[in-house]
Amino acid sequence: MTKDLISALRPALVMTLLFAVLLGIAYPLALTGIGQTLFPSQANGSLVRENGRVVGSTVVGQAFGSERYFHTRPSAAGDGYDGLASSGSNLGPTSRALAARVKDDIARLSETAPGRPVPPDLVTTSASGLDPDISPEAAFYQVERVARARGLDPAAVRRLVDRSVERPLLGFLGEPRVNLFKLNRRLDAFGAKPAT
Amino acid sequence: MTVQGWLLIIVFIGILLLLARPMGQWLFALYEGRATPLHRLLGPVETRFYRLSGIDPNEEQGWRRYAVHMLIFNVALLLFTYAILRLQGILPLNPLGHDGTSGDLAFNTAVSFTANTNWQSYGGESTMSNLSQMLGLTIHNFLSAATGIALAFALFRGFARRETKTIGNFWADVTRVTLYLLLPLCVVIAIFYIASGVPQTLAGSIDVTTLEGAKQTLALGPVASQEAIKLLGTNGGGFFNANSAHPFENPTALTNLVQMLSIFAIGVGLTWTFGRAVGNQRQGWAILAAMMTLFLAGAAIAYWQEAAGNPVLHQLGAAGGNMEGKEVRFGIAQSALFAVVTTAASCGAVNAMHDSFTAIGGMIPLFNMQLGEVVIGGVGAGIYGFLLFAILAVFVAGLMVGRTPEYVGKKIEAREVKLAVLAIAVLPLVILGFTAIASVTGAGLAGPLNKGPHGFSEILYAFTSAVANNGSAFAGLSANTPFYNGLLGVAMWVGRFFIIVPMLAIAGGLAAKKYTPETAGSFPTTGPLWTGLLIGIVVVVGGLTFLPSLALGPIADHLAMIGGQLF
Repeated sequence: MTKDLISALRPALVMTLLFAVLLGIAYPLALTGIGQTLFPSQANGSLVRENGRVVGSTVVGQAFGSERYFHTRPSAAGDGYDGLASSGSNLGPTSRALAARVKDDIARLSETAPGRPVPPDLVTTSASGLDPDISPEAAFYQVERVARARGLDPAAVRRLVDRSVERPLLGFLGEPRVNLFKLNRRLDAFGAKPAT
Repeated sequence: MTVQGWLLIIVFIGILLLLARPMGQWLFALYEGRATPLHRLLGPVETRFYRLSGIDPNEEQGWRRYAVHMLIFNVALLLFTYAILRLQGILPLNPLGHDGTSGDLAFNTAVSFTANTNWQSYGGESTMSNLSQMLGLTIHNFLSAATGIALAFALFRGFARRETKTIGNFWADVTRVTLYLLLPLCVVIAIFYIASGVPQTLAGSIDVTTLEGAKQTLALGPVASQEAIKLLGTNGGGFFNANSAHPFENPTALTNLVQMLSIFAIGVGLTWTFGRAVGNQRQGWAILAAMMTLFLAGAAIAYWQEAAGNPVLHQLGAAGGNMEGKEVRFGIAQSALFAVVTTAASCGAVNAMHDSFTAIGGMIPLFNMQLGEVVIGGVGAGIYGFLLFAILAVFVAGLMVGRTPEYVGKKIEAREVKLAVLAIAVLPLVILGFTAIASVTGAGLAGPLNKGPHGFSEILYAFTSAVANNGSAFAGLSANTPFYNGLLGVAMWVGRFFIIVPMLAIAGGLAAKKYTPETAGSFPTTGPLWTGLLIGIVVVVGGLTFLPSLALGPIADHLAMIGGQLF
């Protein structure tokens, strides 16, 4: 046993260092090189710039709470959509805090679209707190409110949402969804032009 | 539940079955030490590694030597990572200026990544520098996976070899698996991830001025390179706190499918490799059939419960499936399936928060881990864990028909059965023992976020995840305390190596036995009867022990949920 132990020392130490260099330094750096060369946009976070400023990422969600925009889901990342503190609420199915939060959110939302069932994703926090999407139902639910705030024709806003719905790959892979950053940017561009 | 959801599950299983043979063949070449097409490129690296560290790859090792070399290597890796985490404040590549971690967190994390668990008491983006992620953690993702596969090879040799004292060379197994399987596959998968929107940069973060004019800072880093091995090696430790739910780790439904396939790919292949190694392919398929049956049952129940949703929220007016803690791009089906995959294997990556699942939906991941993660299981660990159950199954069958049990040409005698029981007993002993301690001490009870039975589930889930080397969590538990870091660290170490050492002892003993040819009186270890017996043994031996604890946690939680009782 002692002989086995002593014979293991040199391979263990040297292999640790060799693999550290190969797997801990060479591998990630090589991929950084490949990624930055082949896919520079994605490798840096799929950022969108406007007038030299980064206004968001098409991959990660940002908070939208203004009446003029389609709203995001509630978020448990920091104070909401904190890009340095991704997190879900971790509230369980029998949590009093969860039920109270959902109840408040439903009451608040129902005022904007009375009589219509609230889409569940609009009153639940996502797993990351940075969900970039909402369901098409959640987007259509907000059409009247956004149209009112912007003084636009609701039918035109609905068409805009319709065009923004992304369908599942091959019909079954993924869920139908609306990327809010893209939709709200289209909305800004749309509002800048005279309504047709 | 929807047709699309079931189509996803069927397509997923279909692709896996197609992967079994090519993956198994590739693994078999490495098992035998044969040259692969990649040797031309990476062969010189392999040779140089051996030369610099004074290794003779052709030296055959007995099980004791194999075990000691494996352990010393793992201890060296553990200390290496402990040092990096403690010193990260003064080391380079630390763009967000994180300090060195506390001693108990560094201990917990180093054990966690060494033991292929990747339990994370910390949030990645708020704790770890880029150097720590790359050098301290990514290397474990490779080497703990390679160690697992090497150990499976050693056990296969025990079954396949006759009247010899040796079961292979640990260093050759680990090096070959890393160089010719894990590394090349990860390069390909990581490039696919980058193309799909996973960042790969040395920058730490980027400031965003949102459309509403607010400031948002997004954490970035070398994510894709870590993501690829995180899943392929069934490690599961996320770059970010939200793990594979974070859009930067898992941006699309397609990356999600690739992640789920990565988790199972090697484990499925190893069942084929086992059949080939013992000279009867049907032995491998019988094991895979038992695993897939258990997997499908779990997936169906979890999907059904999550799609049915939470009656408490239905009553408030939020109809439909349970979307709390789930991402819209994955929805119910992909979230439930991922949860079952990640706990059937010892991965532990999550794309939805298990803590917020319905009571029974969250019990399935818990139960998967309590079975010992032998439903496909961790890379290597799944198949060697399952073979321990197979030894028990032939023993039980032998008792029933009154013959000395045999398995794939080897007599299974008292020594094998005792060692197998020893290894299998580690799980309930440590899980239930430690859960009990945490449930009655102040430091333990300070952990749970949720109250009532769900709070108990959080504690039970943590120790189950640690001992089973999974790493997923009911993440409401505040685990970054000396109490939990210490206890969970011990649990992870015991859960890994107290199973491995008896398993290697079995391998050594089997290799020394002579071949016993199958006769008309042998209990057949292929076909549906055997597969059914295997499933029964896994569920009864692995699962029943935990039934009382499940009754106190998720089952009580379920009854409260349908009764509208809140905590």
